[in-house]
Amino acid sequence: MATAKAPALSIEDGDVLLLVGTMKGAFFLRSDRSRRRWEKSGPHFPGRSVYAIAWDGRNDRHRIWAAPKSLHWGAELSATDDFGGRWSRPEVPRIAFPKETGATLANIWQIEPGSDDEPERLFVGVEPSALFESRDGGETWSLNEGLWNHPHRPKWMPGGGGLCLHTILTDPARRDRLTIATSTGGVYRTDDDGRTWRARNRGIKAYFLKDEEPEFGQCVHKVARHPSRPDRMFLQHHFGLYRSDDGGDSWREASKGVPSDFGFPMVVHPHDPDTVYVVPLQADEFRCPPEGKLRVYRTRDGARSWKPLSRGLPQKDCYDTVLRDAMATDEENPAGVYFGTRNGWLYASRDDGDSWSVVEENLPPVTCVRAVTVRAVRKARPARRRRRAA
Amino acid sequence: MSVRFFVPGPLREFAGGRAEISLASSPRTLKDALEVLGREFPGVARRVLDDQGAVRPHVNLFVGGECVRFADGLDTPLDEECEIAILPAVSGG
Repeated sequence: MATAKAPALSIEDGDVLLLVGTMKGAFFLRSDRSRRRWEKSGPHFPGRSVYAIAWDGRNDRHRIWAAPKSLHWGAELSATDDFGGRWSRPEVPRIAFPKETGATLANIWQIEPGSDDEPERLFVGVEPSALFESRDGGETWSLNEGLWNHPHRPKWMPGGGGLCLHTILTDPARRDRLTIATSTGGVYRTDDDGRTWRARNRGIKAYFLKDEEPEFGQCVHKVARHPSRPDRMFLQHHFGLYRSDDGGDSWREASKGVPSDFGFPMVVHPHDPDTVYVVPLQADEFRCPPEGKLRVYRTRDGARSWKPLSRGLPQKDCYDTVLRDAMATDEENPAGVYFGTRNGWLYASRDDGDSWSVVEENLPPVTCVRAVTVRAVRKARPARRRRRAA
Repeated sequence: MSVRFFVPGPLREFAGGRAEISLASSPRTLKDALEVLGREFPGVARRVLDDQGAVRPHVNLFVGGECVRFADGLDTPLDEECEIAILPAVSGG
């Protein structure tokens, strides 16, 4: 296994860490819990796009997973246990389609650690749409054949970003349940640990299809839920915001109050299952903020109503886009909310979204953002003394 | 006499830092040569070839001075002594 070296951040216990993937590498930013000043490292994987990044703090790990994709050499999974000092690069990329599928990996769109009580389990969503799973902490991976062999799969069609599996939601209360979303295809759920999958799109309208309420084919952009209430789900569709109270068995529209029901990201507040954030975009061909005003919309009542949050955000001539994974919350109270844009701006709120400030500008186009409070770290040690990444 | 691979900079970390790899055997086609390369340096071969064993779309392979896209692809025959250059295409944005 090769390792790539990069400057690492010095992290202390309780620091808030932002993981930012872009189309030309990944950046990490740290702050103490005040979240007033940020220190940056990167780019990690310069020149490579990073569409997926994840934190795995289970089992006392301090591991960051990233999915750099080289235009030339393909996409792969890489990990660091020292905040970017050393990245593992396995000889043979961890994620690959078996020969018999006839498929080849185009990109990795999502990295999702399993539940806390299964600390060696991880999931990855890829393009073309498929789910891979590891049960040994990310050392080895296997294709989920139940989903790959689903009769609907050959009829899924690529969205603008490609035919990608971009959302993976575990259910802390039901170990055998997993919900995924793919564009386009829609929401699918397994209740038997991945052996069988059923489409879960009832109620989601697809105006772009001949059948406006098909069993599958919806262009779901993102699904979110709070882990304490996994059956209450929120969904950003190509057109329409939706809510489910039965784990995705049925959906009802919940777009009241937004200037456009089109958008990409959707995140839930870390401490309130009924507080959700979206970024509406004018649709369908002009995917920029309505009226040139960049506004986050927040609901505090489970998507019954949405209110704009604009303080500190550009309110004139803003022609920018926020992609589906480019928004995140931290675990603090009040919560930090963060999002990055295609024009390379990174915004942060440290008051539940009430006000915003610019953390970075002139980054490459931002593809994904994750935020975490790092626990049980005294101080980062020199890279050579640290445990090797997976 | 040997078949030699020229390894570009981004892949040298998977070739022990080497820019050139000489094969001990004398493969008859480019595909055979990549199989031999992959046994000793899987990190190089797996980044040249995709999951299905096809040359990645933005990687160019030259046998002698000829790009194999305009020859016989992976079936391009090899002389007992030749150089195979792995070159990233001039693509990106």
